[in-house]
Amino acid sequence: MNMPFKPVLLSTDALIFLLVAVILFFVWYIRRHEHLRAPWKKVARDRRGMVAAVVLAGFVIVGLLDSMHFRPRLAADTSGRAGYAIDVTSVLDVALAPLRTRSEKTYSAPLATHLFAKETVQLPDGTQARVFPRLVHGGRHLANPDTDRAGDITRRAITGVAIAVLAWNALLLITVAGLAHREQARMQETWRRLWHGETETPWREMLVTIGLLLTVFVPIAILAAKYHVLGTDKVGQDVLYLALKSIRTGLVIGTLTTLVMLPFALLLGIMAGYVRGWVDDIIQYVYTTLNSIPGVLLIAASVLMTQAYMDSHPELFETVQQRADLRLLFLCLILGVTSWTGLCRLLRGESMKLRELEYVQAARAFGVSNFRIMTRHILPNVMHIVLIAVVMDFSGLVLAEAVLSYVGVGVDPTMNSFGTMINAARLEMAREPMVWWSLAAAFGFMLMLVLSANLFADAVRDAFDPRIRGRLASPAFLSKYFRAARG
Amino acid sequence: MIQYLVRRILYAIPILIGVNLLTFLLFFVVNAPDDMARMQLGQKRVTDEAVQKWKQERGYDKPLFYNPSAQGADKVTSTIFYAKSVPLFWFDFGHAEDGRDIAHEIRARMGPSLAIALPVFVAGMLAYITFALLMALFRGTYIDTAGVLLCVLAMSISGLFYIIGGQFVVSKLWNLVPISGYADGLSAWKFLLLPALIGIIGGVGASTRWYRTIFLEEINRDYVRTARAKGLSEMRVLFGHVLRNAMIPILTGAVVVIPLLFLGSLITESFFAIPGLGSYTIDAINNQDFAVVRAMVFLGSVLYIVGLILTDISYTLADPRIRLQ
Repeated sequence: MNMPFKPVLLSTDALIFLLVAVILFFVWYIRRHEHLRAPWKKVARDRRGMVAAVVLAGFVIVGLLDSMHFRPRLAADTSGRAGYAIDVTSVLDVALAPLRTRSEKTYSAPLATHLFAKETVQLPDGTQARVFPRLVHGGRHLANPDTDRAGDITRRAITGVAIAVLAWNALLLITVAGLAHREQARMQETWRRLWHGETETPWREMLVTIGLLLTVFVPIAILAAKYHVLGTDKVGQDVLYLALKSIRTGLVIGTLTTLVMLPFALLLGIMAGYVRGWVDDIIQYVYTTLNSIPGVLLIAASVLMTQAYMDSHPELFETVQQRADLRLLFLCLILGVTSWTGLCRLLRGESMKLRELEYVQAARAFGVSNFRIMTRHILPNVMHIVLIAVVMDFSGLVLAEAVLSYVGVGVDPTMNSFGTMINAARLEMAREPMVWWSLAAAFGFMLMLVLSANLFADAVRDAFDPRIRGRLASPAFLSKYFRAARG
Repeated sequence: MIQYLVRRILYAIPILIGVNLLTFLLFFVVNAPDDMARMQLGQKRVTDEAVQKWKQERGYDKPLFYNPSAQGADKVTSTIFYAKSVPLFWFDFGHAEDGRDIAHEIRARMGPSLAIALPVFVAGMLAYITFALLMALFRGTYIDTAGVLLCVLAMSISGLFYIIGGQFVVSKLWNLVPISGYADGLSAWKFLLLPALIGIIGGVGASTRWYRTIFLEEINRDYVRTARAKGLSEMRVLFGHVLRNAMIPILTGAVVVIPLLFLGSLITESFFAIPGLGSYTIDAINNQDFAVVRAMVFLGSVLYIVGLILTDISYTLADPRIRLQ
């Protein structure tokens, strides 16, 4: 069979799709239960939270597109048998193909038409000169870059803004029409309510956010067709492309880490709190032991070990990407194993409280088995803690990735991530004039992701259990990774 | 009190044994010494003799736990576990890859680490608690909301940004202090000023917000109402009564890190080239010097447990109602 591509399911992809499936299941399940829907409705009414959710959704879309991997088919060789490329590409790579393939020789500033460094070139008359050479791709369509560049960029940016405004108006119309249809109201009335911010869900704020995102990113997309909007890095790769590719790594670390630690924390936390006795003693001993090792050091030690293991077993990986991906998964596992203790302790305390409540006592009096009490009566009642812990951990983990990559125990150096971007750009600060765009791009994207995650997490926490903040968001808990890293 | 401390210290022993076993498993069982040798000597073209020699030099050529070929007590003592992991209990850390004594290095590097970590800790605590009390004073107003939003913003910025940005602006643009480096004695202050400042700024978001929630939980208690009813000013209420009563949660988070200050901070020290334990650890990680990393893991756990005990003692100082039994 000659498929034009061969789908590749990297290990983290599989887990991401599993996570998406689980989330979809829960959405379906929660929609059918009024008491579960109530706190989510509260989240949906939170202005800041919903604005953050819109931005987060943008990141998630990029991350999901970047998680559908395949290997394109190569042209048939002489024997007539077609092979597949060694490089694993993602759907995002295809969408960004121009950005990915058009690399320059080395650094170039954002929107530049010339390289950042002078080079000796042979002039047509045979003499040599030190000049800034033209870029191979950035601004190549300009006949006379010095005079035309500013005008061309402005023209393209204005076109982009115009398209964004048009698209936004269309979206506005669709939203209003949809809302009017749902509420059986007239379009005009719906529009008035939306515009005055009288709707229950903050549609106005969400639409304004989308509008702002569109006016920023549509012109960037249009400019990116002809320029390197955020410049290029040391080996001439487009920084915008690198930043977009880094999003997936951040999302994977932020979500999968808590996902892999959940079973541990849930099982051990509930068992310790409910069964008590020697089970409690052993579980407490385990997490005190793990907790007493400074987080960064345990992570560093574990990563060094998996690295050594992977170096001595190269036969396990078919492609470079698979290798890097497995290392990412290991990193998530290690971060998860070192960070489940905080959640475990919370769950233990909560289970201890729940086990003394009347309904659990009644269940026990009826002869319900311990296992059934734990799964039917305790587990659903601690799930809100799990949810809050998951969303609150996310931003800390994204930030931790950058630090760990700097320490040298983060993701694989070949993998795009904010940490590797910062790490590569860090040394260029000393250059004169400075190469600032890689750092700015990495920090900017990271700030957007983490800030929106933090705001969304706050909304979720306020809706589910506002009192938990004192116990959960303590600096000791958040800075588990930074205990040795921060001052 | 004494009895309690003895019990706590006894309880620490199984935990330290656990830590020791865990690190041993990580460093020697998950990864055989052969793999370590290959990694140290370079992946390709390593002869078996070279591996054997490397292992012999470091004493890694023995069995892991039990040596059947030895005589008597040597069956247990002539093993990697006994030679490498057990001495950690009396702080005999052995030698690094470059042949230096690890314990000596640790003693020499504690000073610089402390010189940066201690000011950050003390000044940071004071600043965060003051900010948080001020936000509690203005609770419910725009000042409070803006403060919380600023905290969230500060939390969302990577710590690396503060360091890189600070070095660029203060050292490179304004030329106020050296970019990095260290000097012995009092002249170290100009090297320590910027990293200390950045350390404080880096923690401002998360900590201030956390202290604010602690204070807000206290602020509606009965004793606060009584204090107000007596006619005390809001400032007196906050700084005199609320602060003292919020001491327990504050101490829970703060005292435990005091012993860990000795370990320094990995990132700050390596960016500012301060020869403390943090940069020592980073170098060890980059050079894959397992002996040093193992020593630091063990030392970190010991200090953490000391911190936990100190926390309990500090409770009795902050709240006379608490007695350790």
